[in-house]
Amino acid sequence: MNLWLVVIVAGVLTFLIRLSFISLLANWGMPPLVQRALGFVPPAVMSAIVFPELLVRDSQFAASMDNHRLIAGAIAILVAWRFKKIMPTIVVGMAALWLLQWLAP
Amino acid sequence: MPSARAQFFSGLRDTFPLLIGAAPFGIIYGVLAIGAGIPVILAQAISLIVFAGSAQFIAAQLIGAGASGLVIVLTTFIINLRHALYSASMAPYVKELPRAWKWVLSYLLTDEAFAVAIAHYRENSGERNRHWYFFGAGVALWGTWQASTAVGIFLGTEIPREWSLDFTLALSFIALLVPVLRSRADVITALVGGMVAVAAFGLPYKLGLILAAFCGISAGMLAWRLRK
Repeated sequence: MNLWLVVIVAGVLTFLIRLSFISLLANWGMPPLVQRALGFVPPAVMSAIVFPELLVRDSQFAASMDNHRLIAGAIAILVAWRFKKIMPTIVVGMAALWLLQWLAP
Repeated sequence: MPSARAQFFSGLRDTFPLLIGAAPFGIIYGVLAIGAGIPVILAQAISLIVFAGSAQFIAAQLIGAGASGLVIVLTTFIINLRHALYSASMAPYVKELPRAWKWVLSYLLTDEAFAVAIAHYRENSGERNRHWYFFGAGVALWGTWQASTAVGIFLGTEIPREWSLDFTLALSFIALLVPVLRSRADVITALVGGMVAVAAFGLPYKLGLILAAFCGISAGMLAWRLRK
């Protein structure tokens, strides 16, 4: 597989999405239903990334207290929800993971 | 009327607070890309060619997991679809510009550049040279992204795996996800997307993410239809 080709295709598609209504579809409006659906893309995609990162370890479902990433992730979710700030969420989550790994390696 | 130069520099200046937020993501992307086994030159080239933070995070992860090219392309496409919303919102403000300007501004149309530029367009209606402001914001973010990627690539080759820095991927998305959960439909979208992604984890070719996105979006649309 040529990774360079993959990256260039992904880059061109990203550019075309950004150019879409500015140039290619300039005379078209976006249908309200499509607009609504696109608004759901960020929560759908981001949680689809987060959940497996926290709940799947070594290709196994791992909803237990021994799963350090699940505990550290839950702490980070609380920080994100309470403070709505990016850096504190990442710093506290990382610190929690290191602490758990140090306490119970 | 502000000159092109004045607009450009106020665009740069107003973007400054966002750069402090964007730089760590660039560093994290660089670290993840190297951790995923992507060669240094390609890791930097992805920042130049794709120039979209969250899509690059996922692309790095997929490449590391050995996903096929088609899945990588499809997944980045879905993640970046939200930019069509920005494109549609920006279109009326840039419709009189020459094609070269439209292309350059489209390339620079990231989440952050959109947020800064659209606010400026709306608050300063009728002002000339506002595309220079947009351009200034885009250039500031672009430069920061390239430089912070380079720093991340350097760190990625230096920091041992035991530091578990790949966990910053999950943490970054937690930090971005939680604040966008504004309505009940958003929460349902996130829960369904997340649960399907876990259930579909074993699917071949890393197709789980695409399936989860579709299910999450459909659940959100349904919840929105049935609201109240």
